[in-house]
Amino acid sequence: MPGKSFFVDTTLCMACRGCQVACKQWNGLPAEKTVNRGSYQNPADLSFVTYKLVRFNEVVVGGKLKWLFFPDQCRHCLEPPCEMTADDTDAIYRDKATGAVIYTEKTKSVDAQAVIDSCPYNVPRAGKDGTLAKCNMCIGRAKSGQLPACVKTCPTGAMNFGDRKEMLAMAKQRLGKVKKRNPKATLLNPNDIRVIYLVVEEPNLYYKFAVASNSSFDITRAVALRRLVRPVTRLTASL
Amino acid sequence: MTNHWIDIGNSDCILVMGSNAAENHPVSFKYVVKAMEKGAKLLSVDPRFTRTSSKADIYAPLRSGTDIAFLGGMIKYILDNNLHNKDYVQAYTNAPFIVGKDYGFKDGLFSGYNRKARKYNKSKWAFDMDKNGVPKMDRDLKHPRSVFELLKKHYGRYNTKLVSKITGTPEADLLKVYRAYSATGAKGKAATIMYAMGWTQHTVGTQNIRTMAIIQLLLGNIGMAGGGVNALRGESNVQGSTDHCLLWHIWPGYLKTPRASNVSLAAYNEKWTPKSKDPISANWWQNYPKYSVSLLKSFFGKKATKKNNFGYNWLPKVDDGKAYSWLDLFDEMYKGRIKGFFAWGQNPACSGANAGKNRKAMAKLDWMVNVNIFDNETGSFWRGPGVNPSAIKTEVFMLPACVSVEKEGSITNSGRWMQWRYQGPKPLGNSKSDGDIIMELGLKLKKVYKQGGVFSKPILNLKWNYMTKGLYDPHKVAKEINGYFLKDVKVKGKLCKKGTLVPSFAWLQADGSTSSGNWLYCNSYTGKGNMAARRSQQDAVNKIGLYPKFSWCWPVNRRIIYNRASVDLNGKPWDAKHWVIQWDGKKWIGDVPDGGWPPLGSLEKPNPKSKWAFIMRKHGHAQIFGPGRADGPFPEHYEPLECPIEKNLMNKQRMNPVAPVYKTKADAYKTCDPKYPLVGTTYRVVEHWQTGLMTRPQPWLLEMQPQVFVEMSEELAKLKGIKNGERVKATSARGSLKCTAIVTKRFKPFKIGKNIVHQVGFPWCFGWRWPKSGKEESANLLTPAVGDPNTRIPETKAFMCNVAKL
Repeated sequence: MPGKSFFVDTTLCMACRGCQVACKQWNGLPAEKTVNRGSYQNPADLSFVTYKLVRFNEVVVGGKLKWLFFPDQCRHCLEPPCEMTADDTDAIYRDKATGAVIYTEKTKSVDAQAVIDSCPYNVPRAGKDGTLAKCNMCIGRAKSGQLPACVKTCPTGAMNFGDRKEMLAMAKQRLGKVKKRNPKATLLNPNDIRVIYLVVEEPNLYYKFAVASNSSFDITRAVALRRLVRPVTRLTASL
Repeated sequence: MTNHWIDIGNSDCILVMGSNAAENHPVSFKYVVKAMEKGAKLLSVDPRFTRTSSKADIYAPLRSGTDIAFLGGMIKYILDNNLHNKDYVQAYTNAPFIVGKDYGFKDGLFSGYNRKARKYNKSKWAFDMDKNGVPKMDRDLKHPRSVFELLKKHYGRYNTKLVSKITGTPEADLLKVYRAYSATGAKGKAATIMYAMGWTQHTVGTQNIRTMAIIQLLLGNIGMAGGGVNALRGESNVQGSTDHCLLWHIWPGYLKTPRASNVSLAAYNEKWTPKSKDPISANWWQNYPKYSVSLLKSFFGKKATKKNNFGYNWLPKVDDGKAYSWLDLFDEMYKGRIKGFFAWGQNPACSGANAGKNRKAMAKLDWMVNVNIFDNETGSFWRGPGVNPSAIKTEVFMLPACVSVEKEGSITNSGRWMQWRYQGPKPLGNSKSDGDIIMELGLKLKKVYKQGGVFSKPILNLKWNYMTKGLYDPHKVAKEINGYFLKDVKVKGKLCKKGTLVPSFAWLQADGSTSSGNWLYCNSYTGKGNMAARRSQQDAVNKIGLYPKFSWCWPVNRRIIYNRASVDLNGKPWDAKHWVIQWDGKKWIGDVPDGGWPPLGSLEKPNPKSKWAFIMRKHGHAQIFGPGRADGPFPEHYEPLECPIEKNLMNKQRMNPVAPVYKTKADAYKTCDPKYPLVGTTYRVVEHWQTGLMTRPQPWLLEMQPQVFVEMSEELAKLKGIKNGERVKATSARGSLKCTAIVTKRFKPFKIGKNIVHQVGFPWCFGWRWPKSGKEESANLLTPAVGDPNTRIPETKAFMCNVAKL
């Protein structure tokens, strides 16, 4: 599969959140008004103006405290359920060269909730007027051979970006190395998405939606089916 | 740093203690990760499980203020198990020196203590000398009064059981850290320490570092690639400003500020120039007069002549025995004895210990000039919380400074690398560079003093010719710092022309024929150009990441200092893989060596052309026994000024017996007071910078860390009925603030003796001026203004406090 991919090695992420800020800076996104909710994780969740969010979780595994960091973002699925759900390439399309899943302002006219529900990773967020937004792979940068802002800023090498083949190779190589110290190490849905995470604990300890559930393919199929019947639904809705 | 950032990647074991590299020096983690990829172990010792701890192989908690107990236990572990590098210790440290009979240690006090003056008579700790005036030594380390035997005896008390009782660290965790770290005593292995304010900001700050230096010397880790003692500086140019005399007690290049008793230049040079009678000791500081005279020539140019002591008499002297540190200045200001104040690039209303005292002190001033890029809590102290502006007489002036990218010049990073930066955009609006502000200020003073004034000579004679076309010229200053030949002189048979730049400090003279604004930087801007602006990415022959032609580092571009200890007596590296220097039979190759003398050959009959490895020490040996410190030649565990236990379990002295304590109404201290039962500490977060002046107004950073918080254990929160995320009130004997509770598994109660002690922590990056709510305050309202006796750095890392529901 050609195009680009990310490799996110959470074992190297120390949650400096340089990526979170770089994302806002490059994409010109405003800060949200936040309060400290008793956690470092802030904003509380992804939003219409927050495409990248480092999630913090304190867990005890085998009697040992772990502080898990998960730099969450759109996975740029190879077969994106959101694209299928929207079924409108003016609103959601895949960039041919990179494989980036791009949302345009036309998302205003698609069924936002359906698109949101279709995402196995709980990523898309709607603005006040129903427009949808999420990570766009810094598409302008990616297409001109530059690294996405989040990758560019990462000091430890947790965030990586490049040709899909190269990223998959890097992920597999790192997995082999990390597994020696952490037998539970695994790659999350590497064959389905373009943002491949390496984790060393149960994925759901990082985040409920870190990994797509087993039924995600069923969802995709369901969406595809729904798409077939959609003209009827639309018709019904307009009545 | 004895080493530098990239070099961390060469380490076999990295101890992060007294710092939190992942959060406060995130870029350094790049090199930590690099070392770990090659199999290095990362150890994190911290009262709180941090983002650094989350990446560590071993995490061990300890109660704030007990680092010497923790590390003293490691010294005992190393010695008990014979894990030290014997050849290194024997050859390069003062472990073989025989200490005089007057030295003693009893009940927590070293000999020579004057209870009334709260001071030691350090002459009691002197070494025994032979008939030639050279320290007596027992290279077999067996003499009962050898430093090595005294060290064993001193730390014999630091058994893991007792250490654990003091630090609250489980014994098993102590042993895990000791075992992993001391494994690098093996030849060819090196461990490094990354520390910062978590070690320095204590009443025993200097001795915290000393303890680690002793460990590094025992393990043979000083001078090695991947070793050393590495202070992570809190700002990009702290190293540079310290080198250029940021502190009151030093002149540029760590020369001494003259005391009143140094009545003439001759007396001053005599007092501060160490003398060694050992022909094998380089005793580098014997060159002191060359550096002091060259500095005076740099200040006063032609006005400085041999006849007028090169202008020595024009410089201010400090009173003997009196301190002029930050704490002392604010104490004096609080007492109304200081009338005017330049707050230049700082924010004492938030950054200083006992910030409430500092704010009150500012109200006693007649005037204050705040030089900064934004207004801050200091410049606006007169309209701060609880202050009635109409009752403040202080006149405050704001001079807007431009930001770092708007000016050209150098910064010196933690690794001593002087890096030149070009100017980006021009200064915004009417802001000016610090250089322009100070140049114009100097010119104005000269103008005013020309019309008369008390003791005008120092101002009028100041050279002050560092402008080009009416603007500050950083190249002129950089060249001045490097230094010039002021006459045609013949040095080492070579004719050096008047007006040319001095190639290195080996050429500096004490007769007024050279100038140098800072001898340590002599070699940074030479006939070959601006060394700091070099950007070659070619590594040196040893391929350990020295990159000798990228920027420049002091001294003389030596990237790893004390590197002559990285080889054996024949000049062969201890670590063949990551060698720093080696003797090729004729010369040293690799890094710039600590002097070009040939290897020692042997200890019994050293090559007379050689020198002992530690050339900056009078006797040429690294100091395991450090008789120059104010609080003792060996580090000893004392409790912080404010602590949760009545008795020091290690000895009979509760706190450092010579720590300076201040006594104004604003200086309340409470120990073992039920009103303040919690150990408190302060720290930074990755999202904000220092007091937050530059980051709090930045919406994206404020979004991530919007409010001051207090972190506490789930156990403590339960006791207090505090819920995660609710606002609480924190108090100490000095002040209070409201903050948001973060209830976390990352703090755990400590078992100290038979008691459970809870600790909490606060970031100190907030202040009322911003965010707009005005409700986020500085945690330094809680901290005490009490200091380390050597440096007077305040003890903000361990104090007593309380938190309560609102």
